[in-house]
Amino acid sequence: MIDKIAPSLAEAVRDIADGSVVLIGGFIDQGTPDRLLEALAERKPRNLTVVANNPSVNKRGMEMLLRAGCIGKLVCSFPRSPSSDYIEQLIGEGKLELEVVPQGTLAERVRSAGAGIPGFYTRTAVGTPLAEGKEHREFNGETYIFENAIRGDFALINAERADRWGNLTYAGSLRNFNPVMAMGARVTIAQVREIVPAGAIDPAAVVTPGIFVKRVVKLED
Amino acid sequence: MPGKLNRLQIAWRLAQDLLEGQVVNLGAGMPLAVSNFVPPDREVIFHSENGILGFGPRPEAGKENRNLRNAGNIPITLLPGAALFHHADSFAMIRGGHVDVSVLGAYEVAENGDLANWMLPDGSRAPAVGGAMDLATGAKQVFVMMEHCSKDGAPRILKHCTLPLTGQACVSAVYTDHAVIDRDAEGFVVREMIEGIQLADLQAMTSANLRLASDWKILSAPEI
Repeated sequence: MIDKIAPSLAEAVRDIADGSVVLIGGFIDQGTPDRLLEALAERKPRNLTVVANNPSVNKRGMEMLLRAGCIGKLVCSFPRSPSSDYIEQLIGEGKLELEVVPQGTLAERVRSAGAGIPGFYTRTAVGTPLAEGKEHREFNGETYIFENAIRGDFALINAERADRWGNLTYAGSLRNFNPVMAMGARVTIAQVREIVPAGAIDPAAVVTPGIFVKRVVKLED
Repeated sequence: MPGKLNRLQIAWRLAQDLLEGQVVNLGAGMPLAVSNFVPPDREVIFHSENGILGFGPRPEAGKENRNLRNAGNIPITLLPGAALFHHADSFAMIRGGHVDVSVLGAYEVAENGDLANWMLPDGSRAPAVGGAMDLATGAKQVFVMMEHCSKDGAPRILKHCTLPLTGQACVSAVYTDHAVIDRDAEGFVVREMIEGIQLADLQAMTSANLRLASDWKILSAPEI
């Protein structure tokens, strides 16, 4: 019987090794997989490449990873948060590499990896510092730049409801990057508020089909 | 200067130019106020980059839903007809030219339509771009709202931007505390000015060359 339900947060993140590329869902503090990030910070992996829209805006979650010295490179669109000073300090000391990516380009780079597309051309960022060093190409008289796909070894995401096949639904605006990150990684791990029997989620209402999900872990109430 | 608009009045003025049925994205900061001032007989659909089409006014105090917040992390309501979706779809709407108007703040705009609104090059902060470049480049029209000059009186409507760009040749119109200015192939055309100033006064506050529309009007807004 297929059963993707992990017994604990620690078990769910057990094999995230040093040097892994980890995609993280959420937007600001909406729908971040904070409990999975805490469980990961406790394991203290080193030199992770973390791909997320923004660092966390509270003391939980990604800030714990940063403070535990787990992150070697941060790929994000908005590296500002209450811990910005700490991020800037780490960058200044050469302990953290930062790659700033326009938000839509970030989403599309991950989506592309999930769809088997190695990269794409976009007009976003043409003529800006973020286009420097990238291939430029004309299509129909307009200039585009080439952006590589970002493939994750792992994705950590937050969803509302799951079944044992890994089908997921989301609450309100907490969806944001979560379904995108789910597509882009080899192993996607979801923290969820509720696990329901297979069949309890209307198939037409599934947002992330279980094919994109390896493990789900239910949070304590 | 008498007659100068405050920030909410600039938002009010811009809102009057949004058309029935348009899909509009409001950037962080000043632009978020625009949704409060759309004329009641006009239906405009507001897009939030974190995956929302059709959000409504802020909920009453005590009725906020923590699972429903906009790109500024502020609690919102959904109007009948609203839709929720993920980030790749949300930015496909922006980058694919499906959003009619993007309203953005700015540090500088230039007469060729260049926009600078994301990075001050003093190196004191890690650069943060968010969705600004996607919005500047992808929306059908970009409306900028800003104070006409910087706090120390320096022009911000320029011949060429001096700060790192957000997007090239993307600005359609600029709404300031002194004027409403359209951009066409030749540059900036003043459509409205506040009472008591002449084009020469406005030009003195503006580095880019200004032309006055033949049918220009007085810029005014209700007390807000």
